[in-house]
Parts: sequence; structure tokens; C-alpha cells
Amino acid sequence: MSNEQQTHSKNKTQDNTQDNNKIDNYRRKLLGGSAALAGAAALGPGVFFTSIARAKPDAEPASSEVRWGFLIDTNKCVDNCDKCVTACNDEFNLTGFGRPETDAQWIRTVTLRDKKTGHTTKLPLMCQHCAHPPCVDVCPTGASFKRPDGIVLVDKHTCIGCRYCMIACPYKARSFVHETIENQKEYGPRGKGTVESCTLCVHRVDKGEIPACAEACPEKAILFGNMNDANSDIARRMASTASTEIRGDLRLDLGVRYQGI
Amino acid sequence: MKAKRNIQRFGLVALVFTLFSFEAVADVPVPDIPEAIKGEQCVEEIGFMRRNHMELLSHQRDDTLRKGIRTQKHSLKNCFTCHVVKGTDNQPVTVKDPRHFCRECHDYAAVQVDCFQCHTSVPGGAKTTGTRP
Repeated sequence: MSNEQQTHSKNKTQDNTQDNNKIDNYRRKLLGGSAALAGAAALGPGVFFTSIARAKPDAEPASSEVRWGFLIDTNKCVDNCDKCVTACNDEFNLTGFGRPETDAQWIRTVTLRDKKTGHTTKLPLMCQHCAHPPCVDVCPTGASFKRPDGIVLVDKHTCIGCRYCMIACPYKARSFVHETIENQKEYGPRGKGTVESCTLCVHRVDKGEIPACAEACPEKAILFGNMNDANSDIARRMASTASTEIRGDLRLDLGVRYQGI
Repeated sequence: MKAKRNIQRFGLVALVFTLFSFEAVADVPVPDIPEAIKGEQCVEEIGFMRRNHMELLSHQRDDTLRKGIRTQKHSLKNCFTCHVVKGTDNQPVTVKDPRHFCRECHDYAAVQVDCFQCHTSVPGGAKTTGTRP
């Protein structure tokens, strides 16, 4: 894998045609494994549904060649719909305790209203999976971390529950677990005294599936994919249509972008 | 002659002690470790697992969480999936039940295991109850 990457970067300096061939070879190798093929449905030779995430072989670590992210079209987001929120709660058994101020909230819907025109925009808001995450900067134990593929997570084995990350996050994306929890899913450990947030459904992504919220959205407003792959649906739509980051002025290089705001 | 008798006497005493000590061993309660349902050898040799399973688990946990390596061989999930204990209702027992695979030895050795404060202790985890009040 690392040899392959090295050859790839070496060839970057050579002429363009050869470089392109190398990229193709590299991609073909990535797609070559049977596990990888399970995630991508082949339409014909070299034609794939690129919106379906590629499965990574189990033994292979997450690669920095990949940047997972969401492109959310707020124009498609329907009033009175919270299917993405419900799907997330179901996926991780995020049950509430009747205390909305402190109950776990990995994704929520936010309605913005333009005071001048009265126009409202609804959008789902979750961890924005920053490339420069403030939560990671402030974490005193190294529990907040960013995976090479851009997914920001909490290592609950080292989290001491100090909640600095919750203060540092500009998006209020993180929750603290105040109660003893007994209904965890196999793939979603959660425990009292630790901070948690959207994991970009990392357990699904590593299998080549898309996150629960994106799957549940009836309007297909949430598009998931590899932002670094120029041929992916998400990268192509980002290139063709205007999209923006929330609080882009903070220059955190977000993994979640919005259209229509 | 005297020396020989002494040796014989010592032998007799030793034999009696040995018999008693065997009896004493039989009285000590030992953990009743649930067999793997697959009926196969553990992922590593048993003696090695007894001494080093915690190292394997913590190594695997860092690899999985931090690097995204998702091999199952040394995972916590693999322990209680193979060594699942079913209750009278034919459902896997959780770590609250003293018959749970991890608890059998950990109770015996009086070593507290913290894994299940966050992790589920049954194969498949909890059923979806994502309803919020």
C-alpha cells in the first residue's frame, strides 16, 4: 500500500499521460479486491456507481487519500421531516431521558430565518468533521482525534469527560453522556462520563456502506462520498454547483458542505 | 537400619500429606469457563490467552478505533460471540449475570473489567429502541 503510494507520488512529477495511467492503475488496484467490489456495483468495465462508498479491506488502515464528507442540499430538506435524526437515534440507540438540554444529540435539524425577507431554510446539522478540528486542539488527553480519512472521533478509552471539546466546537456538535447506558449497539459503544458525537457512521463507511442519515433521507438531500476523488458524485456536484461551509470564516476546512444557504 | 526406617516413615507422612492436599485442591471452587460454541481452538493458544488477552484486546482496540483496521480476530466482540452463554430464555446473558464468559474468571480473580461500561456484552448488541420521550 505505502509502496504503491510512493510510486504514485513519484510519477506525479513525470508527464501527464503517464501520471493518469498510474492513477488508473492505482484505482483499479483499490477496486480489485473482492471486498472492495462488494461496495461498488459494476455497470460495465470501468463504470461504477461512485456514490456508493468503496469497501476497504478489513486489515487495511484508513487512508489519507480519502476524505469522507457530506454535501447537503438544503433546498431538498422538507419541513416537519426528521427522518435523518430518527435514523441516527435508531442506529446508535440514542434514547433520551426527557431532558432536552443534556440528552445526546448527534444530529439535529436547524431552521434559519432571514429577518428581512422572512425566508426560512431548514438543514440538518451534525459534526462537521473539520480538517482542523478545534475539539482535537483542546483535548488534554488526546482522546479527540481525526482519522486519516477525515473522520473526527472520540477515543472513549482515554476521554476523561472534561468537556473542553464541547466548549471548543463552534457547531455544538458534541454531547456528554450523563447517565449509565445499557442498550449499546455492538458497533456503537457509549458510556457515562464520556463525550460523543456523530461518527460519520464509521462502522458503515468501513464496510462500504453510506451513513444512516444519508440512507434514510427520502429526498436524497444528504450526499455522502469521497471528496478527494474527482470522479465521485460528491466531488462532481461540488465542482458544478455552489456550496458553502457553515462559519467558513473560521477556516476549519469542513467535511460537511451545504447548498442553498 | 534406622536410616531406612526414617525414610519409610517420611515416605508415609509425605503420602498422607499428598492425599490431603489433593483433597484440598478438589474443594477449591474453580471458574466454570463456558466452552466456545464453535467448539474450536481459541484464536491463540490457551495459556497465551490467559496471560495476554488484555494486551491483545487493547492493541486491537487502538488499531480499530484510531486506524480503522477492522479485523475481528482479537476483538472483544469475538470473545463473547464464541463463548456465548445462554440463559433459560435461550437469550445470551449480559455481563450482569455471573455466568457471563468474562465474569467467570474476572469474579474469581477479583479483577474488575471496565469494558462493558461502554461496550455491549452480548452478540449483536441491544435491539433498536431509538424512541425519544
